[in-house]
Amino acid sequence: MTDAVLPVITIGGYLGSGKTTLLNNLLRRADGRRLAVLVNEFGELPIDEDLIVAEDENMISIAGGCICCSFGNDLIGALNELAMLDPPPDYVVIESSGVAIPGAIVSTFSLIDGFRSDGIVVVVDGETVQAAAKDDYIGDTITRQLSDAEIVLVNKLDLVEPEQEKDLASWLSEMAPDAAQVPARFGDVAPETILGVVAEPSTGHTAPHSDAQFESMILRPNDDVDASLLAQDLATGGYGVIRAKGYVAGAEGQTWLIQTVGRRWQAEQAPGHGVTGIVCLGLRGLLLRDQVGKLAIDCCG
Amino acid sequence: MTETTIYVAKKILTMNPNQPEVTHVAVRDGRILGAGVLSDLEPWGTYTLDDRFSDKVLMPGFVEGHAHTMEGTLWRKTYVGWFDRRDPDGKTWAGLKSIDSVIERLKETEAQMTDPDAALSGWGLDPIYMNNQRVSRHDLDKVSTTRPIGVLHASGHILNVNTKALEVSGLLKPGVNHDGIPLAEDGLSTGEIYGMDAMSPVGPHVGFDRAMTDCDEQGLRDYAKLCVRAGVTTCTDLAARLTDESVAMMLKVTSEDRFPARLVPLRIFFGMSAKDVVEYAQALGKKSTDRLRLGRIKAVADGSIQGFSARMRWPGYHNGAPNGLWYTAPDQMSELYHLALKAGVQVHTHTNGDQATQMALDMLEPALRAHPSPDHRFTLQHCQLADAAQFRKMKALEMCVNLFANHHFYWGDEHYRLTVGPERAERMNACRTALDTGVPMTIHSDAPVTPLGPLFTAWCAVNRITASGRTQGEGEKIDMAAALHAITLGAAYTLHMDGEVGSIEVGKQADFAVLDEDPMVVDVMALKDIPVWGTVQGGRVFAAGEL
Repeated sequence: MTDAVLPVITIGGYLGSGKTTLLNNLLRRADGRRLAVLVNEFGELPIDEDLIVAEDENMISIAGGCICCSFGNDLIGALNELAMLDPPPDYVVIESSGVAIPGAIVSTFSLIDGFRSDGIVVVVDGETVQAAAKDDYIGDTITRQLSDAEIVLVNKLDLVEPEQEKDLASWLSEMAPDAAQVPARFGDVAPETILGVVAEPSTGHTAPHSDAQFESMILRPNDDVDASLLAQDLATGGYGVIRAKGYVAGAEGQTWLIQTVGRRWQAEQAPGHGVTGIVCLGLRGLLLRDQVGKLAIDCCG
Repeated sequence: MTETTIYVAKKILTMNPNQPEVTHVAVRDGRILGAGVLSDLEPWGTYTLDDRFSDKVLMPGFVEGHAHTMEGTLWRKTYVGWFDRRDPDGKTWAGLKSIDSVIERLKETEAQMTDPDAALSGWGLDPIYMNNQRVSRHDLDKVSTTRPIGVLHASGHILNVNTKALEVSGLLKPGVNHDGIPLAEDGLSTGEIYGMDAMSPVGPHVGFDRAMTDCDEQGLRDYAKLCVRAGVTTCTDLAARLTDESVAMMLKVTSEDRFPARLVPLRIFFGMSAKDVVEYAQALGKKSTDRLRLGRIKAVADGSIQGFSARMRWPGYHNGAPNGLWYTAPDQMSELYHLALKAGVQVHTHTNGDQATQMALDMLEPALRAHPSPDHRFTLQHCQLADAAQFRKMKALEMCVNLFANHHFYWGDEHYRLTVGPERAERMNACRTALDTGVPMTIHSDAPVTPLGPLFTAWCAVNRITASGRTQGEGEKIDMAAALHAITLGAAYTLHMDGEVGSIEVGKQADFAVLDEDPMVVDVMALKDIPVWGTVQGGRVFAAGEL
């Protein structure tokens, strides 16, 4: 693990919110991406049986080159083992326990080299989360989880009355101020939402995403971009961008990597990347394409 | 083999109310043939009269209901605690009263090490007794700058490391952003690491990895020596992973001719679903032997009070710290209780904060309605902050409790001053309330967190004195007889072993603690200082002086 840095997506949320269903959907739709899933425990079938190729005490091998391991109480040890796999996985997905605080998991694995956080996804049961947040026992755990979220996957919306959905959304934006909200039924969302979009669409696994629920666009700013300003605008401007990732050319010709998840953003120098362009993902109809497009001009010198 | 040995002692405290004190006990095939005066026992036939205990006081072998065999492995590291502490070989290591003396002792170890790259590990540090003086990486650099050094605090929740340890674990870099790793003015870690999560990258480089709660072979033998020195003949290992390898190791070591203790390891509920852990414990139970008793589960509801990770009810921590963390979600606890009751597997649950205790009670009640389970003896472990109503609930649910009497001595002052404040600190580890309410009760050391030693534990419960010498919680003191019951039959009851150990009565295991003085006669303040000559376990004699 010298220069390769593995992206890590942390999935949190209380028991019964639908984390396991989400994971299985991700694996089902991995589409060539090699995921290494770390679960707290091998519960009663964390992975749908039809996806399992082989299974031993410590690892489940999954169709398409994915694996699932339980990390018990040694996340760092499990991550270090993943880093030694040849070839290494494309993504690490950590399914945290129902009472874990996902931000704490991120700060722990951030201590070791070779991994970077690529999103904190908190799954909530749309029907029950507001009541659960008032529970004497688990209420503060749920609100702490939400406050760490970069994406809130609002699950089980099939059980929520349409008029309650609005109330739920505004409550969630208060509880999870840094997060983009993604509605879901049966944990079914485009994998890009959870795993991130591929920065260079021309060389990536898949074309920019587009389906009934999501849409994406590619932003191609001119050179001389203020990368930090652009990243910040994409994340916090209220344009409906759930995730964005891509490379731009800065003022003195340096290449910058921009990444946003929810309302958190990052811009760092990334020498050696020629192709520029930022893939932006949003909910269909809620991604404000024109305004996002305008940023390409506004953020240039 | 039907040889009979009759031991004569100055006094035998039987814990049998029908004959509380006798002078002779007959042993055959490792079991008690009878206790009484010699003429009561002679009709059993030929015997050998053994008078080696004629100036000793025998008690039932002590039963420790909450300890960890890892103390055996810890003694291969350097002890740097504040209090004097005796190692498995009987050497007493003087308590260290300054950071300088800690450095000195580590240097002594360092000077004897031959491999220049090997890690140096210390344990038992407790700067709360040194005005909370901080230990930095620079302090430990005085011991060595070339080998990694790690010193674990007595609580087990804080690790101090030197610069080399930070370097080899990749933590000697700016920009470290973790609640558990404070930074110095230079932007680098001070070398203090708080909490198991933050410790996990550096621990393995300094001899403390996550598997350290699993004892190894030598550690288990060393731990058993500590048992003999403390008069313990039956001891729990309260949170073991019990992998196939560790069970095989435990079966091997405990079956050795001269292994002197009966070990009761509980499988921890972690990293396995409730369904799986219940099945696992059931399967383990079938492997039990006389000296290795498997088949129970330990669950952990919350963290520790001094680490502010215990779950507290309103009004929470006295210093305003945010509420602690659930280690097991209420729903998972509920599932475990249902499945375990259904399967007849016993669960011991760690609860420190009073909300954690309430959660366990709330989860157990409906599970008991669904699976009525006479004599389940589910036990709350530590249960330090329970109030009177919670004890009444435990009674109603037929639960047992194992209170952390030793903790009151070591950390009572901290709780009074900082974590929970005077009122709740006074009621912590409420032995009197438990007994008055009729909750079966025992008391424990949680070794290695505090030293294994039931007589000291009894002393703590009887006197409720803190490290600074204050009496804290006068109303929760118990008398000597109750304390001695707690460390024998009381603990045995929580393990469903009271028919077998815990008193000196016909038919039970020939397990004795051999004492130089009579605890019922000495001053209550001297209880902890009664010398332990050794034990008899399963009829085999173990002299502490000859281990």
